Amino acid sequence: MSGSTAILVSIALPLLGMPFIALTSRSPNMREAIGLVAAVLTFGTVVSLLPSVMDGAQPAAHVIDVVPGLSLAFQVEPLGMIFALIASGLWIVTTVYAIGYMRGHHEENQTRFFVFFAFAISAALGVAFARNMFTLFIFYEVLTLSTYPLVTHHRSEEAMRAGRIYMGILMSTSVGFLLLGMVWTWQLAGTLEFAPGGILTGKASEGIVIVLLGLYAFGTGKAALMPFHRWLPAAMVAPTPVSALLHAVAVVKAGVFTIMKVVIYLFGTDLLSGAGLSTWLTYIAGFTILVGSLVAMTKDNLKARLAYSTISQLSYIVLGASLANDLGVLGGSMHIVTHAFGKITLFFCAGAILVALHKTEISDMKGIGRQMPFTMFAFLIGSLSIIGIPPFAGAWSKWYLIMATIEAHQYVAAGILLMSSLLNVLYLLPIPIYAFFATATNDHDGLHEAPLACVLPLLFTATGCLLLYIYPDPVLNLLLMIGGAMP
Amino acid sequence: MIDMHLPILLIVVPLVSAPLCVLLRQKTLVWAFASLVCVASLGMASMLLIRVLEEGVISYAIGGWIAPWGIEYRVDTINAFVLLLVSIIAAVLMFFALPSVADEISGKQHYLFYTAYLLCFTGLMGIAITGDAFNVFVFLEISSLSSYTLIALGRDRRALTASYQYLIMGTLGATFIVIGIGLMYMMTGTLNMFDLSERLPAMFETRTAMVAFAFLTVGMLIKLAMFPMHMWLPNAYCYAPSLVTAFLAATATKVSIYVFLRFTFTVWGTEFVFEKLNLDAFLIPLSLIGIYVASLSAIYQTNVKRLLAYSSVAQIGYMMLGIGFVSVTGLTGGIVHLFNHALMKAALFLSVGSAVLRLGSSDLADWKGLGRRMPVTMAAFVLAGLSLIGVPLTVGFISKWYLILAALEAGWWPIALLALLSSLLAVIYVWRVVEVAYFQKADDDSNVQEAPLMMQISMWILTGATLYFGIQTDLTVSVAQRAAGLLLGVTP
Amino acid sequence: MISVGLFNYWACMVLMMIGLYTAIARPNLIKKLIGLSIFQVSVFLLYISIGKVSGGTAPILAEGIVVYSNPLPHVLILTAIVVGIATLSLGLALVVRIGEAYDTIEEDKIIEQDLVND
Repeated sequence: MSGSTAILVSIALPLLGMPFIALTSRSPNMREAIGLVAAVLTFGTVVSLLPSVMDGAQPAAHVIDVVPGLSLAFQVEPLGMIFALIASGLWIVTTVYAIGYMRGHHEENQTRFFVFFAFAISAALGVAFARNMFTLFIFYEVLTLSTYPLVTHHRSEEAMRAGRIYMGILMSTSVGFLLLGMVWTWQLAGTLEFAPGGILTGKASEGIVIVLLGLYAFGTGKAALMPFHRWLPAAMVAPTPVSALLHAVAVVKAGVFTIMKVVIYLFGTDLLSGAGLSTWLTYIAGFTILVGSLVAMTKDNLKARLAYSTISQLSYIVLGASLANDLGVLGGSMHIVTHAFGKITLFFCAGAILVALHKTEISDMKGIGRQMPFTMFAFLIGSLSIIGIPPFAGAWSKWYLIMATIEAHQYVAAGILLMSSLLNVLYLLPIPIYAFFATATNDHDGLHEAPLACVLPLLFTATGCLLLYIYPDPVLNLLLMIGGAMP
Repeated sequence: MIDMHLPILLIVVPLVSAPLCVLLRQKTLVWAFASLVCVASLGMASMLLIRVLEEGVISYAIGGWIAPWGIEYRVDTINAFVLLLVSIIAAVLMFFALPSVADEISGKQHYLFYTAYLLCFTGLMGIAITGDAFNVFVFLEISSLSSYTLIALGRDRRALTASYQYLIMGTLGATFIVIGIGLMYMMTGTLNMFDLSERLPAMFETRTAMVAFAFLTVGMLIKLAMFPMHMWLPNAYCYAPSLVTAFLAATATKVSIYVFLRFTFTVWGTEFVFEKLNLDAFLIPLSLIGIYVASLSAIYQTNVKRLLAYSSVAQIGYMMLGIGFVSVTGLTGGIVHLFNHALMKAALFLSVGSAVLRLGSSDLADWKGLGRRMPVTMAAFVLAGLSLIGVPLTVGFISKWYLILAALEAGWWPIALLALLSSLLAVIYVWRVVEVAYFQKADDDSNVQEAPLMMQISMWILTGATLYFGIQTDLTVSVAQRAAGLLLGVTP
Repeated sequence: MISVGLFNYWACMVLMMIGLYTAIARPNLIKKLIGLSIFQVSVFLLYISIGKVSGGTAPILAEGIVVYSNPLPHVLILTAIVVGIATLSLGLALVVRIGEAYDTIEEDKIIEQDLVND
């Protein structure tokens, strides 16, 4: 399969899976088998692109010129490759988890759930492989729309209100700011193609660059920069697999991925770092990191706490991008990977606790380590990885990010990163500690784990946290190629 | 032979067919005949557009009387495009017509309904094709009179008052236009548009020119329902039969906008209208206010048809905004939106019409749980609604792209921002319907069937078109660009 | 003497305003239609007076006649009169139907009834 076919196939496969999933709604086993097959095939196709990308090639596919000069086109560059790998790879894991979760928790309308899940993955891959800002924007919006039915899955009053916040913030930021920034860029540069070194150098004054960066940074509501972060906690009414894959990995990472792409390929890091045009963004990100962590500490609902933790962690990546140097880009994109593994583990655990013990509040979770030792052990690993303690993956990305702040002489930012790690310890670690060491307050005795289909995925991703620390080289090698020339 | 006489056939065929409907009388027969006429017109309109794109302007002298003495039909890119639009909508709606008319119009009146429908169609086509200023008025009245009757056929008695209201406003508007045309004739001694455009510049300094233009403009703005002269529109759209609402929403205001373009750009010229009289300084703020006021009104409506009607007023604001930029990009945006909005609004009104057929009501309160009861219809509604919002991969996005680009090209970024933020109001009013249909449980358990196949065909052709032309813009954008260049006198 | 020379326009204008006011301000639907007709007629007069050439006669080719009025506006207005009659009759038909449906043809009472129904 040639590169361009592989790109199109990987985006089309989840879409092709949708009607089959919908048609087999009568037989859940069949339906989920199809879902798994689609996930595995998609991942396989994405992986098939890896060798050529590692060799420095950038396979491309052109679909159609929507308006002269604005095309729907794809090109795989290293950053997109890594995002696509994570999204499609973790889709397999999440599908397995979702089977256990949805059945164990007796959710309704499971078919609709799986259909729109596949839709969302396809959109995430479209974002990953977008060759230009226009294509990226299209799939960005498709991602918002395709996840709306997932967020509002329960069709309750609460879900409807959450859906309003979700659509309201994501739509208004993307239409009000991102689209405006995009049209403006097009008007200034005459193109929206992602190009190494950016397309705006010499085309816009410093003031306009700052405004444009603002439009992109706040317009990408999915990156959950404050004050446009409210949608993420609201989206937590969705079933846990959605929170796990979409609102810890695919959707939010699509947001920070967009900011990364914009900084690297539209502005160019040289343009931004030269005159310190993105310093203000560093401070906004730093503010979000700290406030996100502080709010997380006040939340007793486990998913809400994880959501605010995600808001805070996403801003690490934005901060990395805003530093606009090579180390910042490396650290930020590394954090896309490491945070994905850490946070999906934590969400899987939260869901597993819900399925097995029907608990959502942290204060009720004392002593549950005795009933759910595997789950809580994985939770511990995930927490340590998020905090950034070796030997877990998060340590790498935090290391690079701190190095990048020092290189950029942003010592305040370095301080914020260190302080945030401390806050992470304070809001994450008590959960496993109380689970293992406090006296149990619940009535279940002995082992009471979630179904195997739930536990295996979370153990798998926890192991991933460890492995990524020990063998970071493949990821690092790929990420070091970011920003390289496109053929 | 036929090729030569295409412009006149396009008018004569539906015009002669209309009274034939009265002779046929039998319900299905009349429907089949009217459909045939519409499809034939669509074929002729497409041939005409192709010929215009290949050969340039086509001039047809009726009865061999050469302009400026005789009436000339003059077809260039822009009116060929409008002719195509009107005939597409008329033809596609005929599928929908069979079950919808059977449901909403009493059996004895079917042949009269189709007669009026064809007359209205003739009038709209005539307005678009003619090159004679007075002829515009005549066709305008043909289409208006038949649309008053069509609206009055609505089942609710308020349809009668809505129609009456429209009659008063419409006649006032048309008469204003006649005054303007009369004064133009007084100054130049000609009614041929092309001739007028050559003779008027000599009169630009006179007060008569300004008065003529003022009457003409006000008249046209009433007809195209520009805010604040839109009061007739919401009631008319709300109480008319479903088919009529869809047809008028997609064509009548669009043709009026074409008339506005033709008179301001071709006949009077940008120099007089925009440089001397600064119409844009009036058009742009009014469009923006209209967009906001109408969108906000749409949000508070409890009837889906009326909600969409207010949305139409807002969307007309977008078209006029694009025209107000007086640039190739802006006009392209306005003209593309004219086409695109016709597609999506027709699709939306058709899905509402399907729901009305099954539920007997377009009150939002009765739409609870419709997402489960009529999934196919609601899916079309959501897709066309997304297009209204301007989500990428739909036609709405293409229009929005050009409008924003035009604002930025002119250096008016606050207008770009305002126009973008206004589309969030569209999110709110579309989502209100979505939330009721998908999140609320139906009050009763009665079984509601999906709409009949014929209705779904029309609905999905148009919904499909909103998606297709959102990706494949070769036809729409390039034709609109040519038309914009033509209107501004620059060859792209 | 300019104002006298433009006498025809003044007459049109006065009729036009009377018609416009009646069509908009009167609550009675029939009176509205009468206003509308007056308004239209004023425009007909405007057209006809435009075509008049001082000292001219009817445009019939005959011995000894050099100056004649422009016939075109008159012909145009013939069309407009037909349109006006059609509009008026349609409007009256609507009023009859409204009268049957509401038992009144006063606009304010109709609005009242509609509000009660809502």
